[in-house]
Amino acid sequence: MVTHEDGGGHGQHHPPSGWIRKYVFSIDHKVIGIQYLCLALFSVFVGMGLSFLMRLHLAWPTAKWFFFKGGLMTAPQSGFGNYFLPIQIGAADMAFPVLNMLSFWTTFLSLLVMLAAFFVSGGAPIGGWTSYPPLSALGEMAGPGQGAGETLWIVGLAIFCGASLMGALNFITTLIDLRAKGMTLGRLPLTCWTWFVTAILGLLAFGVLLAACILLLLDRLAGTSFFIPGGLVITDQVVTWHKGGSPLLWQHLFWFFGHPEVYIAILPGMGVASHLLSTFSRKPVFGYRAMVGAVCGIGFLGFCVWGHHMFISGMSPYSAFAFSILTMTIGVPSAIKTFNWLGTLWGGKIQFNVAMLFALGFVSLFVSGGLSGLFLAQPSLDLYLHDGYFVVAHFHLIMGVAAIFGMFAGMYFWFPKMFGRFLNEGLGKVHFWFTFVGVYAIFMPMHFLGLAGHPRRYFDGTAVAFLGPLQPVHVFISIAAFITISAQFLFLFNFFWSLKAGEEAKEENPWHATTLEWSIPSPPPHDNFGGIEPVVYHGPYEFSVPGAADDYIPQHLAPNLVRKA
Amino acid sequence: MLRKQGERGSTSVALAMAIFLVLMTVITVYIFMAKVWWFPPAITDLGHEIDAQFMRTLLITGVVFVAAQFGLAIAIYKFRDHGQKATYFEGNNTMEILWTLATVVLFVGLGLYARNAWAQVHFIGASEGAIPIEVTAQQFAWNFRYAGPDGKFGRTKPELVSASTGNPIGLDSTDPAAKDDLVSPVAAVPAGREVELILRSQDVTHSFYVRELRLKQDAVPGMEIHIHFTANTPGDYELACAELCGLGHYRMHSMLTVLSEADYEKWLKDQAAANQ
Repeated sequence: MVTHEDGGGHGQHHPPSGWIRKYVFSIDHKVIGIQYLCLALFSVFVGMGLSFLMRLHLAWPTAKWFFFKGGLMTAPQSGFGNYFLPIQIGAADMAFPVLNMLSFWTTFLSLLVMLAAFFVSGGAPIGGWTSYPPLSALGEMAGPGQGAGETLWIVGLAIFCGASLMGALNFITTLIDLRAKGMTLGRLPLTCWTWFVTAILGLLAFGVLLAACILLLLDRLAGTSFFIPGGLVITDQVVTWHKGGSPLLWQHLFWFFGHPEVYIAILPGMGVASHLLSTFSRKPVFGYRAMVGAVCGIGFLGFCVWGHHMFISGMSPYSAFAFSILTMTIGVPSAIKTFNWLGTLWGGKIQFNVAMLFALGFVSLFVSGGLSGLFLAQPSLDLYLHDGYFVVAHFHLIMGVAAIFGMFAGMYFWFPKMFGRFLNEGLGKVHFWFTFVGVYAIFMPMHFLGLAGHPRRYFDGTAVAFLGPLQPVHVFISIAAFITISAQFLFLFNFFWSLKAGEEAKEENPWHATTLEWSIPSPPPHDNFGGIEPVVYHGPYEFSVPGAADDYIPQHLAPNLVRKA
Repeated sequence: MLRKQGERGSTSVALAMAIFLVLMTVITVYIFMAKVWWFPPAITDLGHEIDAQFMRTLLITGVVFVAAQFGLAIAIYKFRDHGQKATYFEGNNTMEILWTLATVVLFVGLGLYARNAWAQVHFIGASEGAIPIEVTAQQFAWNFRYAGPDGKFGRTKPELVSASTGNPIGLDSTDPAAKDDLVSPVAAVPAGREVELILRSQDVTHSFYVRELRLKQDAVPGMEIHIHFTANTPGDYELACAELCGLGHYRMHSMLTVLSEADYEKWLKDQAAANQ
């Protein structure tokens, strides 16, 4: 690899020479970003596999959610964020490269611990990803799947919290401290804004989950009673050693983390969608300031609405009503974003590559999934809909699938920068169409299951008569899921094939985009900018500026170098 | 020259995308409007009110859904790259403010409007003459206790619980008030009379859910949660557990039977006789 002449005292990084320091225990944010992406891809595929096995009645719901969530959180945030946040702000690396490496390997460890939970005696954990106590707190006496498997599960979750805290800290510091000259907050790409706000959410939320996990472990292993009330009787056996705990305390702690966590999964997707819609409409983002405000608004309100998961939990009905109104208000910044996405497209010159198709799909899915939130935010409607398939449809569309679309959009867009080759567009289009049509075929019908009153987390519908007529809908969904999941192997093939044999990205900036990562070679050198700190002169989305010859002005281009029409 | 723009063929992709969005929207709206899969008829006044609020929400979200998806489809087709120049504008504050205010009024208004149904269940307690029924949930069964002629629930003790010997809720037979208590695995209630449910759980969190009542409430160990309803239409209604409670969650099932006043009295007598 080329080493650059020192450009006047800036920290110049020499690439490590050993294979292990270079590719395994690397402190280069780009290598770590790719490691996270691989971990995320693995997780998402395991999650998809488990979802499908669940549809075939073979697998465990807890696991599915972890892998999905693990994947969804690590890909857009830790994966792309790690790789592109430093480059987009003009930094040579993250603020704390060693911490970055530790954060990845801790995440890896948590994954191993959770995988181990499936191979211990006493069975895989079945507490659901919410792990509500007392079911999750009593150990083996509460039934199969509540023994060592559940303990490992919670330990894994706690380790994951630690890893996420390290990552969040690093992101926040990097964005605040390492921005290049001229990269004011008002010139940050929206991707960076969403990574930043997501990191703040992570910093505030994961600490709470970590505390909750420790308390739950103490209940399970040390005989404490944080979440277990007195007087329990389990299959005729009286529990005498627990007294005075509150099952609702766990729910509050869990959802204080769990709701922001939903935004941790979706915000980076919003950033990528905004970024691509502007780039491929060749137009500035409509209402940049409103977009930043909406991201911050969603981040803030995300901490004020956790109670809407608990409307029927036995929580105070007055709190429930307050949470309901707060939840309705989170629809406002979400609506602003949708409106501005349409405004960004309007009057543009839209180019339909696969990255853009996924970004457009994201907008459609965000609308479809978001609107059902207006039903679920009303406690009176939750008297019927809560814990049913309407909820399943809602959160899969908005948080599961929309986030995955954000991840795919980012992958098709940044692949040439990361690996110097393009993903195959033809295969990509087939992948897009199967996925887009497929996810609607899977998740739209779930709304109707919910209307018919189908509770979620039912292993099968044989014991309840009113579920019988809904069976054909399940069959339809299972077939759609099979086809959609199969199509993901096209992507996997495309990914590995294009790494070796994809069309080479000879130009630094093949998409004619504006942000800093497109000003350096593909793939970027070890220290990103060759020891020279870039200077930023323009906003992030200067497309089709009147008077300029090209329809884009890169952020780093000095004003006197912008060609006039 | 830009490469990788997909200029060739952009019309067909734009058209396909627009057509899919329109089709998806139309089919979704059709299935909602035709009520192909729908709620079972409500048997309480509260249920009718909840259904009305659902329809109001459906109308508002439906309009936004159609407008947004069609808007997206139109933008995709109309502004596909066919050699034009993109117009340069960075936003419009007036529209931004109007849009924000409109959604605040619409969404928060909808939330406030929904208050009434919620208040009926939870802000207002059961009236004086309501029939109390204690519901005790356990893995994976429901127990319904009626106070009997003395109108009092007898004492229960955890250590007396023994589902196998016919005392699933641990009724203490030394308490005189417990003598006439009636415990049944299914529930019966008289039509047109208010019923107060006292929800308890012995082990883990369960959830009481009867579709036709439009009512769902968790039963939480260590808590006693009160809800109330007046069922108007006689019939048999299924009760399903709605909170994951272990491996047998999906078969934790019971029945709620709504009877005429006379049939209800007869049912109570028959149950008491069977219990002797």
